[in-house]
Amino acid sequence: MQTEYISAFDVVIGVLWRFWPVWVALILVMGASFTYRRRLGLYGQLFDSGVGIAGVFICLFWLFTAVFASTISPFDPLAQIPVMKDTLPGAIEPASKLVYYFGGDKLARDVFSRMVYGSQIVLIIAPAATGFALMVGITLGLPAGYYGGKIDTVLSFLANLVLAFPVILLFYLLVTPGIMDTPIPYAMAGLFFLFPIVFFCVLFWTRYKNRPDRLYILLGITLVLGGWIYAGLVFDKDPLKIVHIDPNQLNIFVAVVFASSPGVFRIVRGLTMDIKTRDYVAAAQTRGESPWYIMLWEILPNARGPLIVDACLRIGYTTILLGTLGYFGLGLAPESPDWGTAIKDASRLLRSFIHPALPPTIALMSFVLGLNLLADSLREQSMKD
Amino acid sequence: MFSFIARRIGTILLTMLCLTLVVFFLVNLEPNLKKLAISQTEMHTPADQLESWLVNHGYRQNFFVRYGQWLGVLPKHPITDPATGKTTQRFTFCNDPVQPTFSGVLQGDFGCSTKFKTTVAAKLFPALGATGLLMFWVLAVMVPISLLIGILAGMREGSRTDRVLSVASIASTATPEYVSGVIFTVIFASWLGWLNGSAASASQGITFYNFTLPVITLAIYGIGYIARMTRASMVEVMTQQYIRTARLKGLSFSSVVIKHALRNALIAPFTVIMLQFPWLLTGVVIVEVMFRYQGFGYTLVEAAGNNDIDLLLGCSLVSVFIVLITQLISDVGYAFLNPRIRVQ
Repeated sequence: MQTEYISAFDVVIGVLWRFWPVWVALILVMGASFTYRRRLGLYGQLFDSGVGIAGVFICLFWLFTAVFASTISPFDPLAQIPVMKDTLPGAIEPASKLVYYFGGDKLARDVFSRMVYGSQIVLIIAPAATGFALMVGITLGLPAGYYGGKIDTVLSFLANLVLAFPVILLFYLLVTPGIMDTPIPYAMAGLFFLFPIVFFCVLFWTRYKNRPDRLYILLGITLVLGGWIYAGLVFDKDPLKIVHIDPNQLNIFVAVVFASSPGVFRIVRGLTMDIKTRDYVAAAQTRGESPWYIMLWEILPNARGPLIVDACLRIGYTTILLGTLGYFGLGLAPESPDWGTAIKDASRLLRSFIHPALPPTIALMSFVLGLNLLADSLREQSMKD
Repeated sequence: MFSFIARRIGTILLTMLCLTLVVFFLVNLEPNLKKLAISQTEMHTPADQLESWLVNHGYRQNFFVRYGQWLGVLPKHPITDPATGKTTQRFTFCNDPVQPTFSGVLQGDFGCSTKFKTTVAAKLFPALGATGLLMFWVLAVMVPISLLIGILAGMREGSRTDRVLSVASIASTATPEYVSGVIFTVIFASWLGWLNGSAASASQGITFYNFTLPVITLAIYGIGYIARMTRASMVEVMTQQYIRTARLKGLSFSSVVIKHALRNALIAPFTVIMLQFPWLLTGVVIVEVMFRYQGFGYTLVEAAGNNDIDLLLGCSLVSVFIVLITQLISDVGYAFLNPRIRVQ
């Protein structure tokens, strides 16, 4: 049977039309942000430059794509419709009369839907892993920079040890199917996921230790919420069955956190060493504040500018790392719609078909570009102050 | 200065020792050993024979004993038949000794590759040569282009050239190798047909036709980063007093840039270029796999995929050495280029 095609113009219009929830959300959010940009602090200042607007636009575009993925994509990302195998962009699926906007891949899946669903995987794992890496890096970097001496030597040596590993070798060693049979990923997850809990407990303790009424509430919330998520992620024993992570994804997650926290550590350590010579730190020391109070409530807030910029860049870098993992077929399931895996599958067949390769590559590139533009514009704005 | 370098070399050796221990631990995990035994024996070998293969080839000795053997501080033992007491070589394909001998990394013996059925040295060093060639061309393309972009952009901060070039370099840092590789292959190999999408034939001899794509793919990711660092350094230099003095005494803009600014602006990029090597190593792995070029990265992936213990250890030793030695060069070189910095 001959497959029917729609014209290139109709493909463009159709794709733009499929993204309608994203456009609506974008107009609402961008419009509101632009109108009230004077009151929104650092975020509002982003709207002063073209680069900043472009960065916010691209990041929000992918964020809303991930949120509305099920509405946008016409097909299930894993569904295979045999007649659509290797069809070119714009092919009409005979049964439902829906269109394969970017064609079908070698397993007859819709490239467009896979690209849209791929954004979900990236936008969940990359920011979350970056968040955990920030927690680990901050919790270890602050004391290393503040105390110096032995703690600094030991922690810096460990950080340099991890940084000396080429990332790809680290992933080949840590993200293999075999390692799931050993307790290593779970032990590492148990260690890394402990950091946020410790971080928040110390944060609240140092601030409110003389005000038990607040302290106990905050500590209680931290421990209950943290313990709940911890049990769900590390032991997969969430009593309410809400927090759940696939063992494969846990493994990737842990490896990515492991690879990127030494970088955060180094930045935090450097910033701490710089800031601890300031007068307000000396004043806090004279007041008799405890070291952890000074680190968390005097130094950390003043280091936030470079850290926010770094976090933006790091989410982009983590996206690239996830793509690398997908490209080498490590960790993620072979049929997973994430961009790296899609690029791997498509790049093997570039000689015959190029259309399955382009959507995931352009998606990944544009998302990382958006984050980099955002970081660049944030850096410029924070330098102005 | 001398004691600084000596101390740094001490740290490097300690780091390498720790890292190889970690790698050694990870490749010797039970599932990995099972995988190795299965790939090295006939198909459908029963479990007890897999176990005896592991015992025979010395994989069941104490962990630290085996690490010591690999390092060369403990003797390596040949296979001994318990019934006859006759000794045979562990791996016949790489001339393992029949007497217990000290033969490890310290003696220059990197061990035996189970995947390629040869010694690690015979496999690893030609691959490193091939990758060295690739790296040479990448640096030859990347460094001049990125310095030029950085200088042009930083020369007049805020101008249109600056903005265009800055966005271009941000875009290039957002393009990892597997993305740019696919895009370049689509454009230059599939669509225009100018270049070859595979560099497999480059092992016999490199030509413009088969080597350009890997080189530009690898270069493009680094260009943006180095260009941005050069720009930042150039912008800073251009605001200095001596530049204003030179300008005010009537020198032309171009001669101020070339004679006064460049020298001082190029110190920081030197460090950055040196610190790019760890990233280049990861890039090399992706590019070599993508374009099927038989170099270091390709060897590393093969070794990791087949759990080839000695080869993987050799690869990690080499890559860690490269990372650490470039860090040392960048530190020493920075102090050397910038007389204001004194190394304590």
